[in-house]
Amino acid sequence: MNILDPQGPIAAANKTILIDSIAIMLAIVVPTIIAILAFAYWFRQSNARAQYLPDFAYSGRIELVVWSIPTLTVILLAGVAWIGSHQLDPAVRVEGTGSPVRIQAVSLDWKWLFIYPDQRVATVNSLTVPVGAPLEFELTSASVWNVFFIPQLGSMIYTMNGMVTRLNLRADNEGDVQGLSAHFSGDGFPSMMFDVHVISPLDFPNWVSNTAKSGAVLNADSYRELARQSVETGRPVYRLDDPRLFEFIATQQIPPSPGPTLKTQSAQSYLENQDAR
Amino acid sequence: MLGKLDFSAIPIGEPIPLVAAGIVLVIILAVLVWAGVKGYFPYIWREWITSVDHKRIGVMYVLLAMVMLLRGGIDAIMMRTQLAFAFHSDGFFPPQHYNQIFSAHGTIMIFFVGMPFVIGLMNLIVPLQLGVRDVAFPTLNSVGFWLTATGALLVNVSLVIGEFARTGWLVFPPLSELTYSPGVGVDYYTWSLEISGVGTLVAGINLVTTVLKLRTRGMTYLRMPMFCWTTLASNLLIIAAFPILTATLAMLILDRYLGFHFFTNEGGGNSMMFMNLIWAWGHPEVYILALPAFGIFSEVVSTFSSKSLFGYRSMVLATMAICIISFMVWLHHFFTMGAGPNVNAIFGIASMIIAVPTGVKIYNWLFTMFGGRIRFETPMMWAVGFMVTFVIGGLTGVLVAVPPADFLLHNSLFLVAHFHNVIIGATLFGAFAGYTYWFPKAFGFRLHDGLGKTAFWFTLTGFYVTFIPLYAAGMLGMTRRLQHYDVAEWRPWMIAAGVGTILLTIGILFQILQLVVSIRRRDELRDATGDPWDGRSLEWATSSPPPAFNFAVMPNVAGEDAYWTIKSKAKQQGLQAREPDYRDIEMPRNSPTGFVCAFFATVMGFALIWHIWWLVAVGLVGAFATFVAFAWRDHDEYVIPAAEVARIDRANLAERRAAINQAEIPA
Repeated sequence: MNILDPQGPIAAANKTILIDSIAIMLAIVVPTIIAILAFAYWFRQSNARAQYLPDFAYSGRIELVVWSIPTLTVILLAGVAWIGSHQLDPAVRVEGTGSPVRIQAVSLDWKWLFIYPDQRVATVNSLTVPVGAPLEFELTSASVWNVFFIPQLGSMIYTMNGMVTRLNLRADNEGDVQGLSAHFSGDGFPSMMFDVHVISPLDFPNWVSNTAKSGAVLNADSYRELARQSVETGRPVYRLDDPRLFEFIATQQIPPSPGPTLKTQSAQSYLENQDAR
Repeated sequence: MLGKLDFSAIPIGEPIPLVAAGIVLVIILAVLVWAGVKGYFPYIWREWITSVDHKRIGVMYVLLAMVMLLRGGIDAIMMRTQLAFAFHSDGFFPPQHYNQIFSAHGTIMIFFVGMPFVIGLMNLIVPLQLGVRDVAFPTLNSVGFWLTATGALLVNVSLVIGEFARTGWLVFPPLSELTYSPGVGVDYYTWSLEISGVGTLVAGINLVTTVLKLRTRGMTYLRMPMFCWTTLASNLLIIAAFPILTATLAMLILDRYLGFHFFTNEGGGNSMMFMNLIWAWGHPEVYILALPAFGIFSEVVSTFSSKSLFGYRSMVLATMAICIISFMVWLHHFFTMGAGPNVNAIFGIASMIIAVPTGVKIYNWLFTMFGGRIRFETPMMWAVGFMVTFVIGGLTGVLVAVPPADFLLHNSLFLVAHFHNVIIGATLFGAFAGYTYWFPKAFGFRLHDGLGKTAFWFTLTGFYVTFIPLYAAGMLGMTRRLQHYDVAEWRPWMIAAGVGTILLTIGILFQILQLVVSIRRRDELRDATGDPWDGRSLEWATSSPPPAFNFAVMPNVAGEDAYWTIKSKAKQQGLQAREPDYRDIEMPRNSPTGFVCAFFATVMGFALIWHIWWLVAVGLVGAFATFVAFAWRDHDEYVIPAAEVARIDRANLAERRAAINQAEIPA
């Protein structure tokens, strides 16, 4: 999951900006740290050779320099930030080979549901994508916030109930990488890791047809069951009943998933009494 | 009768908090019994609990912060231990407990360690530096302190009765809404912070008024010590930002208690609004904590370099620039929410701009050292450690202000390492520097130097050994708030961070040892001069500890570095100061208002958390009645007669002269 070992163009571009920014800043930070330590050491009280300048409290030239150095650095970095923000806007399409793959990700408590509306299949905690193809993600949440993040493919993005965020990625090398949720979402949060299998474009249709043959069907009922609070250790796959499932979740036509019930009996009965009133 | 409360609220299944709380209760009881047997209660009531003296209140704030630092530190030790072991296993703490630990750690460290520490030091020192006798509203000051203590108490009560929030320290909805957090944890959080937030706000109003309206003769704005400037900036931020926090949490409370839909998933609620509002408070909060530390370092670097602060006006400008810009950057906390590139870029650049005045400050401290005669006493060690550490924290901070870089690092342990780097590096080091620097002023004797330096080296090393691995883990994609993990490449870094925590703990133990040893050897460490560090500002012009009225005669300020000027003039002209013209001094009377008010606020907060409505009424009416009783008071001041002032001042002056003459004989 090393972000310095990118497996796609977005992650590589993110990483370049990260390294460049560090390099630009190190150019002034390292001399500053050396100067701090050197001044502190040289001007120690016991050093008889150091000159004592009790009245050296202002110098216009030095002031000009100390305001200029950070200002110039920030101007440079601001350029990096401005250009980078526009080039790497998560909503911007990524070029790639082959037809784009649409993936609709829903964060559930506490697992990831990946819907492939065009292929009419869905998977949980496991994402399979063809190498080189543009990956167009639409994301939402069934309940609380999460963040969809595949460190080696780049840019993370929030998932929020009743809202849709967009993310475009591409995987350039076949193999497996891992993804996770990067926003705390409750007790099962650590289990929100998922596998990403990057396979050849030739194998992708096979994978789709194998998955579609799976017995389980994902419809509103099985979705409701899946969306209950639980941790999923397996990697279930589904045939998708209605390709509009994501839309129903995102527009709350399927209501947000329920939370836990109260731990203590008295608190539970107390609240129920309140509701009854 | 008792709302949601019954015996099942006591977490019998989780022995660790119960045992810990049991030990704390035993210690508190032992202290109470000891104080009772020794007959200290009347003294504690008269001189501390009901005191409206800014120095006493400042000391109590710092004491509260240090006690809570231990609590928050124990939370940190538990978290790092958990993560060092929770590889392919559940570790020591189940999620419902672990999630409380990190939520409590953040809440406590920000609200009940950082805030009271800096507010305490400001309370203690700012009136002295301004050359005045007290803050603008002494009784309000006491109320502010006790309401803060109420918040801290409620957070700790959650250990034993019920639970604390399991949502992270900023209780993001919808996770914190009733649907997903039906327990009382979030209610403990919101009510603690609503009550202590009022305390913080009145402290802010008080200190701003003090700096703006109460300064001694000749103390113009551009002669104020840097610490007063940063106090002003920090408290202006408190006044502007804390109402946002209070209002935001009030909306969350309405959601949870009365079925409103401000931030819920349903009913048109908008959880993104909470994120915006909480960070509109949260980012200024960072500077509320950091600016006073910058002020402390300005004082320390200048004093121990035996030079005036370099580029004073530039520093003032930088401070006020930070104060204003810090309100314009909150969106950088959620670049990954999917806002457009223009929004992200603009807020990213605004965040970088803050680095300019901050960088200027670093360079000005650097040039303050240039040409100085630097004495490496403990506070100066903290200052140099801070400068190096903070520069690194600044670098990583500007890095995450670049949106595309943040897309990889947001919410990761890299970010956790970054904000610990700046908060520990600036606020905590600053608090420790200020504590060591001003301790002799508050108590009349110094802290043991050797032990202080040992503590410094352990803390500094421990800091790097703990947080450099977290930077590395963040680079490996590890996110925060994980209760366990299965990724092998993260493990070594988690173990390393655990080792660092041991070093940090040793550092804290040395600080405790330093305090104990210093109290026992207080006669050796006594400072009769009132000016142990050859100081430059007015707090050193009076005795240590200062009399209740601070200055027998209000000092007259003729330039920057007020006391330095007075001292050099006295040395040049070689004259013993003339006997001043002593007058009667009016001082505010002690008042139990703050304590009683906070007692009722505690009752009310607890009752609100558990839905015990009749008790809520008792608390509310009690607190209001206390306030009304105070408003109807007849006498709020007492007079210290001129003769008494003269007696105290002559004794102090004699002691100082004796000490100074003694020092001059060998030379």
